Amino acid sequence: MAEAVDYKQIGTSPVRPDGFDKVTGRAQFGADVNLPNMIHGKVLRSPHAHARIKSVDVSAALAMPGVYAAISGADFPGGRLEGEAGGEGGGTMDDVAKNVMARNKVLYHGHAVAAVAASTARLAEQALEAIKVEYEVLTPVLDVVAAMDAAATLVNEENYTALPEKPENPSNIANVGRLERGNLDEGFMAADVVVEREFTCPMAHQGYIEPHACIASIDERGRGTVWCSTQGHFEHRAATSKMLGKNMADLKFVATEIGGGFGGKTVVYLEPLATLLSEKSGRPVKMTMSREEVFRATGPSSATVARVKVGVRKDGTITAAQSWIAFEAGAFAGAPYMPGAMSIYAPYEIENFLVETFDVLVNKPKVAAYRAPGAPQAMHAFECALDEAAQLLNMDPIDLRMVNAADEGTQSPYGPKFPPIGFKACLQAAKAHPNYTKPVPEGAGRGVAVGFWFNVGMQSSAEVNINENGSVMIIEGSPDIGGSRASMCLMAAETLGIDYDDVRAQVGDTESTGFCNVTGGSRTTFATGMAVTQACEAVIADCKRRAAMTWGLDEDQVEWEDGQAVPGPGVNADVKPLSLAELARKAGKTGGPITARASLNAQGAGAAFSVNFADLRVDRETGKVDVLSYTAIQDAGKAIHPAYVEGQMQGGAAQGIGWALNEEYIFDENGVLENAGFLDYRIPVASDLPMIDTEIVEVPNPSHPFGVRGVGETPIVAPLGVCANAVSRSLDMRITELPMSPPRLLDAIDG
Amino acid sequence: MVKVVLSNPMLALTQGSRELEFAVSNYRELTLALCAQWPQMATLIERSAVAIDGQIYQDAFAEPLASGSEVFFMPRIEGG
Repeated sequence: MAEAVDYKQIGTSPVRPDGFDKVTGRAQFGADVNLPNMIHGKVLRSPHAHARIKSVDVSAALAMPGVYAAISGADFPGGRLEGEAGGEGGGTMDDVAKNVMARNKVLYHGHAVAAVAASTARLAEQALEAIKVEYEVLTPVLDVVAAMDAAATLVNEENYTALPEKPENPSNIANVGRLERGNLDEGFMAADVVVEREFTCPMAHQGYIEPHACIASIDERGRGTVWCSTQGHFEHRAATSKMLGKNMADLKFVATEIGGGFGGKTVVYLEPLATLLSEKSGRPVKMTMSREEVFRATGPSSATVARVKVGVRKDGTITAAQSWIAFEAGAFAGAPYMPGAMSIYAPYEIENFLVETFDVLVNKPKVAAYRAPGAPQAMHAFECALDEAAQLLNMDPIDLRMVNAADEGTQSPYGPKFPPIGFKACLQAAKAHPNYTKPVPEGAGRGVAVGFWFNVGMQSSAEVNINENGSVMIIEGSPDIGGSRASMCLMAAETLGIDYDDVRAQVGDTESTGFCNVTGGSRTTFATGMAVTQACEAVIADCKRRAAMTWGLDEDQVEWEDGQAVPGPGVNADVKPLSLAELARKAGKTGGPITARASLNAQGAGAAFSVNFADLRVDRETGKVDVLSYTAIQDAGKAIHPAYVEGQMQGGAAQGIGWALNEEYIFDENGVLENAGFLDYRIPVASDLPMIDTEIVEVPNPSHPFGVRGVGETPIVAPLGVCANAVSRSLDMRITELPMSPPRLLDAIDG
Repeated sequence: MVKVVLSNPMLALTQGSRELEFAVSNYRELTLALCAQWPQMATLIERSAVAIDGQIYQDAFAEPLASGSEVFFMPRIEGG
């Protein structure tokens, strides 16, 4: 691994390359593509949370002047689709297809039933009203615990819990997870204090500002292009072609600029519909969701009920931990029940533990990945229980965590021993931070909690092309949702030994570069960055070969230093170094253009830990919570672009604070979402938050050439526990239900 | 010998045996040995990630294994 010192480009924070276009309005987002003869698609959505579809008749809509196409479930190829969709909780491809367009049943309020394409968006909306759908309304399943009862109404009569032996009867439990070690009874016997609580987390939306949008233009042969706002255009192409029974080579997918995803744009919603409508109408079809549709039919995260018990000795040692967590999957299997089980105890070395998790169907929107899926809900519960144990032991909450902290060589709860990790370094940084050493403000409570995410590698491709003047063009296949183009340029500049300003990066479409998995799991800077680095190393090898040819030396007599080829030590050659620019100018004489590419399946993503703490104050008369200060500390391995890393930490903190304090899906007794808009679903705005202070810890990941760990997921994990612990200490009572909205806190205060 | 720790879904095939040992020199040989003994293991292996001496692989294939290596099968993780 490269030494974590003496980098010239890595560790600097140049202005983001996409920033200028975004602040001037030039950037092309999903809805910004317009084509000649383009028409507009709209979706008819179910008014019921649970109903059998008796019939769908689109003929009246199709007969309207200006309506070019109308589709329903019957227009999709029949038969069961094999395979799984990308992204955490993506689920099976068959389920995703039925989520895109309902077939025999609607499974949540807002489930797509039919779609039309018309000359204007207004006309398309009017055409939806002409579609006749007959329903047999069924009882909705809305409570996750009640849904687990064997006698509960079934969301899907064909769902059997995935167990080694198929159960006799179907149920709403799709999957179960279980991890255990040691002896729980002995562990709890050895404890001096035992805390046992039930915690709940609400369903929350990723809250990306840009709604889903796409444009499909398909020709008479069934071939064409789809522009879309996506975290993974390759996987969107695969899903769309599979659902429509098409050869994926017939579809080109272009990733537009993306206005937020956070996991929610790893799965398809509109793209198969627009593609089919375009094919049927013979015109390009644009589809954009309203904010209401985004809330009702995309995302959200799982709501959870978590029962946690933890035993701790007087010295702070955790002697036993037991957890039971039910995750709402929404209408189709795919809740992050295993990541929740694997993450809940991950920061700690615990001798005796058990965690059981459940993936439970309910008549609500199908959940999608949301930053570190499953970890915020699970770790919120455990971090709150640990905080209460620390209070009972009159122990500093960071000290208690340090006593149990996992380190290199600790066997993780999910199996393998940790390679070098930065958890203890984060705890030490938190304990020494000036925000922690100062007194807690009058009337406030200070909350501490920690975060964790595994991070992943997966498949990436990148090309590096050297322009005629020696400047560099990178083509990567990973949509840039968090600043990855800047990071790719920095890593390329560092590797090649040139200036950042001489490097550009663009996201190639599915016909311009090799396959890339979705931008998710905090993998892009790690994995695609590794591909870029490898491609740059291949460029260097090629340049050394060309310099050797120019000088009449052997290749191994040439070295690459500071962006130029030089004779190696001891080589007696009276030559001037050849820069990348000089080699590029003479490329025609030494073999043609200088280009290289790399494709890989990156392994060895390093886990990322965080420690957050904050001071919160509750107004006892109104229940309003003020966040007085918030500090986020996280191990980034090596921060390629520190300002972006800080941005990830601050953004994750803001989202986590919102989830903790105000954000929740509120359903009525019929399963209708009552707050499908940003007026009633309240995400934090700038005036709700203080400056989020950050400290980046750097414990290099030995599996990456620059030591990178993913940074995008972990920041959302700790804030739920931080806020709950701060509010609980502020009120001197345990608050176990999120969000801690004013009415909920007033209820608690009033007893 | 290489020490292998199976994931929970795999235990049903091995009648509860979680830890096994095999004389193999790479991951491919290990998976072939597991599938030879329990043919249904192939599907579960395909759905698993694996940690070899602490290093997590989403898609291991022929990674070398030394005597004393530890191999853990675990659920695949992707993220958001």
